[in-house]
Amino acid sequence: MGLSVEVEDARSGRIIANVDRLQSHATIADVKARIAEKHSKYYVERISLRLDKKGKSLKDNEQLQNLGIDGKLYFKDLGPQIGWSTVFLAEYAGPLFIYLLFYIRPEIIYGAGAADKPMDQVVKYAAACHSFHYAKRLLETIFVHRFSNSTMPIRNLFKNCTYYWGFAAFMAYFINHPLYTAPSAQQTKFALIAFLICEFGNFSIHILLKNLRPPGTRDRKIPMPDANPMTLLYHFVSCPNYTYEVGAWISFGIMTQCLAVMIFMFCGLAQMTIWAQGKHRRYKSEFKAYPRGRTAIIPYII
Amino acid sequence: MTGLHRAYLLLYNVILAAGWASIGWAAVREYNHSGHVKHLFRATEKSLFIFQTAALLEVFNAAVGFVKSSTQNSWGYVLILAAWTVTEVIRYTYYAFNQLNMTPFILTYLRYTLFIVLYPMGVTGELICITKALPVVHSSKLYSWGLPNTWNLSFDYYYVLIGIIPLYVIYFPQLYSHMFRQRKKVLSPRSVDKESKNR
Repeated sequence: MGLSVEVEDARSGRIIANVDRLQSHATIADVKARIAEKHSKYYVERISLRLDKKGKSLKDNEQLQNLGIDGKLYFKDLGPQIGWSTVFLAEYAGPLFIYLLFYIRPEIIYGAGAADKPMDQVVKYAAACHSFHYAKRLLETIFVHRFSNSTMPIRNLFKNCTYYWGFAAFMAYFINHPLYTAPSAQQTKFALIAFLICEFGNFSIHILLKNLRPPGTRDRKIPMPDANPMTLLYHFVSCPNYTYEVGAWISFGIMTQCLAVMIFMFCGLAQMTIWAQGKHRRYKSEFKAYPRGRTAIIPYII
Repeated sequence: MTGLHRAYLLLYNVILAAGWASIGWAAVREYNHSGHVKHLFRATEKSLFIFQTAALLEVFNAAVGFVKSSTQNSWGYVLILAAWTVTEVIRYTYYAFNQLNMTPFILTYLRYTLFIVLYPMGVTGELICITKALPVVHSSKLYSWGLPNTWNLSFDYYYVLIGIIPLYVIYFPQLYSHMFRQRKKVLSPRSVDKESKNR
């Protein structure tokens, strides 16, 4: 008569559904689909199913017969979800507009006549670099990245947008200020070159990661340097894309000699270090042959 | 410095001294008991956290102290003094007794009940003090650095204070209800029985 599973809400103890007539090779995804059929409010991306109340979320492709579930699963509502692409597009489009808003030196922010005051060459480079960085991110989101998960909780949209938009305004305010003090032309030149190298490095890693995973699959392989010399950083770290990202912002901060940029860079570094360490740990536990000697994000350090 | 201010500081320092002493004693006890320093952190971390937090109090003392008469002679300051001294004396005594595993129930009860009045009182007092400090901070440019400067960053304490005011209002309901939940957990009949059984 097929498999059947009782699904209980981990928090309230209420029985959400009694799913029966499941095929012998039915998966977690099938159970989620049946729950969504019964309760339209719980679309599949919102559902987490576990073996115990406080256990880990089971993967969609796990077969019920391999789990030894004893006819029972626990349900958790992950809350309203939003697509990863949607969040990325919103959080990256904001800085693009916001920075340029400050660049034109509106009177309401900088006082009367601000737009007519002289503007240093580096201020123009900074606007170009900042805009390039976020335009690149938007294009990568649309054409390059392949996301493992399709959704995240909707509260992340507000949290992430506040972070990116807030810091864009914070940096833009000072760099475009009529009282901005430019560093030497030499400092600007070298830092600009370093910024472009890091942007290219970051892009190179994104391309490598995209090619690591064939379209439509959720393959996981150890990333290794390819023909592009920028990918040689893989000899030293697990997440060179983050390394290059940090490098880009340090360069941007030196180019503009603006402490606001360094503050932003440190916040990003802290978050990316946490992500990189998680990724590094997962690589090590997933692959027996994972190269030792790699650190997570900063060569030899962390 | 008003007499009230001096009394507050005296009380504050006596309590803190006693508190730090209790941490030290707990650490020594732990070392004698276990013979090594491995568990010292676990034995003292809660108290340490409390006293690190108290360090923030010191900052507030200094910040308010700078602004002198207009805030110190205000009702806001009286509210803060009353709320904080009562709360902190009870809180530190509670933790000190916890170190010795002999917390009297009345202390637990007071710690988890008086907040109902003292917390809103303290928040009101702090908001009054901040509001009174605003014009003084603005005219004296306290803790503020402007443009142009070589690091292209400016900081204005006046706007920081203005920004803090709505935060107090926004986070108060969450924090207040969190304390009620803690109270329910700690003072519920089940956990009270567990506590007395542990003695």
